[in-house]
Amino acid sequence: MTDTPLLQVTGLTRYFDVSKPWLNRVLEREEKQFLTAAADVDFEIKRGETFALVGESGSGKSTIAKMIVGLVDPSRGRILFDGQEMRFEQGAAMRQLRRRFQMIFQDPFASLNPRWRVGAIIAEPIRTFGIASGADINREVGRLLEVVGLSASDAEKFPHEFSGGQRQRIAIARALSSKPEFIVCDEPTSALDVSVQAQILNLMRDLQDEFGLTYLLISHDLSVVRHMANRIGVLYLGRLVEEADAKRLFTEPQHPYTRMLLDAVPDLALSGRRRKPVTGEIPNPINPPSGCTFHPRCPLVEDICKRKIPEVRTTPTGRAACHLLSENGLVKT
Amino acid sequence: MSETHKPRPAGRFARAWDSDIAYSFRTSPVAVVAAVVSVFIILAAIFAPLIAPYDPFNPASLNLMDGFTPPMEPNAFTGNVYWLGTDNQGRDVFSTILYGARISLFVGFAAVLFAMVLGISLGLIAGYRGGWVDSLLMRVADVQLTFPSILLALLIFGVARGFIPPAYREVMAIWVLIVAIGLSDWVQYARVVRGATMVEKNKEYVQAARVIGAHPVKILLRHILPNVMGPVLVIATIGLALAIIAEATLSFLGVGVPPTQPSLGTLIRIGQQYLFSGEWWILLFPSITLLALALAVNLLGDWLRDALNPRLR
Amino acid sequence: MSGPSENPSDKTPLLSVRDLVVEFPTRRGTLRALDKVSFDIAQGEVLGMVGESGAGKSLTGAAIIGLLEPPGRIAGGEIRLRGERIDNLPREKMRRIRGRRIGMVFQDPLTSLNPLYTVAQQLIETIRTHMDVSEGEARKRAVALLDRVGIPAAARRIDDYPHHFSGGMRQRVVIALALCAEPELVLADEPTTALDVSVQAQIIDVLKEICAERGASVMLITHDMGVIAETADRVAVLYAGRVAEIGPVRDVIQAAEHPYTAGLMGSIPTLTQNAARLTQIPGSMPRLNAIPQGCAFNPRCPKVFDRCRTDRPELIDRDNGRHVSCWLYDAATQQVAHD
Repeated sequence: MTDTPLLQVTGLTRYFDVSKPWLNRVLEREEKQFLTAAADVDFEIKRGETFALVGESGSGKSTIAKMIVGLVDPSRGRILFDGQEMRFEQGAAMRQLRRRFQMIFQDPFASLNPRWRVGAIIAEPIRTFGIASGADINREVGRLLEVVGLSASDAEKFPHEFSGGQRQRIAIARALSSKPEFIVCDEPTSALDVSVQAQILNLMRDLQDEFGLTYLLISHDLSVVRHMANRIGVLYLGRLVEEADAKRLFTEPQHPYTRMLLDAVPDLALSGRRRKPVTGEIPNPINPPSGCTFHPRCPLVEDICKRKIPEVRTTPTGRAACHLLSENGLVKT
Repeated sequence: MSETHKPRPAGRFARAWDSDIAYSFRTSPVAVVAAVVSVFIILAAIFAPLIAPYDPFNPASLNLMDGFTPPMEPNAFTGNVYWLGTDNQGRDVFSTILYGARISLFVGFAAVLFAMVLGISLGLIAGYRGGWVDSLLMRVADVQLTFPSILLALLIFGVARGFIPPAYREVMAIWVLIVAIGLSDWVQYARVVRGATMVEKNKEYVQAARVIGAHPVKILLRHILPNVMGPVLVIATIGLALAIIAEATLSFLGVGVPPTQPSLGTLIRIGQQYLFSGEWWILLFPSITLLALALAVNLLGDWLRDALNPRLR
Repeated sequence: MSGPSENPSDKTPLLSVRDLVVEFPTRRGTLRALDKVSFDIAQGEVLGMVGESGAGKSLTGAAIIGLLEPPGRIAGGEIRLRGERIDNLPREKMRRIRGRRIGMVFQDPLTSLNPLYTVAQQLIETIRTHMDVSEGEARKRAVALLDRVGIPAAARRIDDYPHHFSGGMRQRVVIALALCAEPELVLADEPTTALDVSVQAQIIDVLKEICAERGASVMLITHDMGVIAETADRVAVLYAGRVAEIGPVRDVIQAAEHPYTAGLMGSIPTLTQNAARLTQIPGSMPRLNAIPQGCAFNPRCPKVFDRCRTDRPELIDRDNGRHVSCWLYDAATQQVAHD
């Protein structure tokens, strides 16, 4: 079946126990405390597309990325990769699945083991999955280095001999080495300077075209997301508040939070647009507001928003979770 | 600008010589002197059978008439001259020091190795697993830290004596000593390794390995271990000095190595009996050797700690 | 550079930096981290200082306030505040200028706030150190200032400790602390980098408004062109420890003259353009020990010609308020182009 989405996420939820140690809890008579990093998140990613999740701190975007690659176990919900449910797969079948997805991390200074040579770093997935052996590994490593714009001889060097951008290229080469179909990119350029960011974003696009990759892009930077993604999901305090076609999200934002986020982006084009002042800060995710978690900051807030968690509904551009939305967009503006 | 910069030299040795740590070593006189003294004593101990003018443990070569010969003076009966004099049994003090340092260093190195292997393993497991495993191991460590390590070593020694049949006690004594010192020292390694492991395991290179499903043992040994070894080397060096002193203390107290295989501590114990009767050299020279060795190794450890600490550089 | 501090003429800029050189001696030779950096900040002006990591923007700030970390040292040039040299002042005198005449806002609010004292204690102490007012008067001013930077219920919250405030609120407190002695210049080093986008916009607005109200000039150091575009009057672009270009923000952003600035602007994705690929500058900024001869940008420059590889361009006055250090704008080059 070709129209099975490559990745399907339903009802994905993750709590973290952030309670104090048992003894302190007993002495201070405190309840156990849980942080909801992600709550009932649903989305699908089709083959060959770039789906982006944007959000500010506490939005749960990194936790979702980690659940998808298996670094964090979901508390609830399902993750289907090419129709196979990940948590049920074991042993060889799981190895086969793991081979097909990879991850690129934010900090190129922490994502490469400082004691390993670049060649060994890139070869690790090749060896782990037994894709090649002997001299073939070195040849493959050299080829991958050239694919990402470095030279084959760089395999002999250590990570500290490279700049941030070059290290991110090495990390990309490592991700490509198991010949994956799907790559989770967790803030891949937010630790880089803008001119280097442009190189990495361009490289990611070229690789997508060349190898038919599917990306899940996690970012806090709306302009990066707009440049890279086909579809965008906006997260606020662990919930998906809006999902829309990438270009239309920026011209016809539906959810009040999306609108506020767009208003907050500095205006580099100096168009002189007068934006609405942004108010409030992100609440503590341990004690999120009742009902719609955005209601304390929402300019359109009504009574129902404080009581009831809004359901996701269809909008002209995709879907969004807001009580004030109808099929035709916002009820009041 | 760039022309004022010396290029990095080619060649493995030249690059090592030019590295920051080698530079820090070269420019620290204390470190160089400490290293020279340590290496000198270690080499002398290793090659004791070749260097020592006498074999102090061969009863056939001993002459009780040679006993209590002062340094550099001919013996009143035999006319033999000994550089550092002889002890009560007529053994050459210089030779006994060489052989004694051998025992001391062997016990020191072996105890440190034992403590390191134990401490690093438990530290890695506690740091990586976390949860109740971590809590349990660290509480054991806390309890152990409330005992003075010499007391603990004495306790282990006492227990071991109860288990080992008398015929083997002499042979086993040195191994019991190693285990006793090692067991009282592993906590430091475990704590440092645990802390560093908890930092490293959250770094993205470890996550990258977990994403491809690498086995936890492989992640621990190949990814994390090399990155936590820096601080371990520092405590191991300082720990070596402490282990040598611990061995000397135990031997001085008479629970260490048997007198037939005297270590520096045993020699000091023998020597102190004769101090007030005027035979000062039997005590003085082994003491100086022990002091020099422990001090040099300790200073080397201090230097290493500073050189590896990026905040002090 | 004219005049001692007693009679500053109207033309004297508030801050004037001339040929500032900062060096770091290392055992492999001396690294020149800032190489003849020159710029002025006029009274009431917001100067943005932008550059990639390692370009020397934070170092410039540290040199101005006399907080270079050893072994870094000022090896040449001068820094004048209202015409008075401040780069060679004794430590004690410089300490009095910091806080009183130059306020500081850093990236991490926690480095500027002492966690052991309440916000009130810190604000009142700073006010009373620099100004001759009573405790009660100082407290009144502090509350007013907190209120002004947008802390709700300022009169009550002033007695809280820094950790009681959220990240955005803390940065507001830092801004209040920087401004409480009514400084002439506020040096803000990446003030919004640690904050979320929606909070960042609020902090920028507060900083900009309150400085404008008080006539304080601002030196805003950031890697984020968007923040500069929103906030600054003029912008200085740094590359490898040298000034590539200075000019009014709108001119520099919309019509960059230096090829580096042009490349930088093209490489930033925006919310309005629809290019499939971003313009990219090949390579990366050289490390300090490998800055090329001539123009530091020449190996990456699309418009490089022979002279760039041998001679270093000085800042050329373009007579429209803009300065650019690029041989393309040298009279001799332009002559050739015209012929």
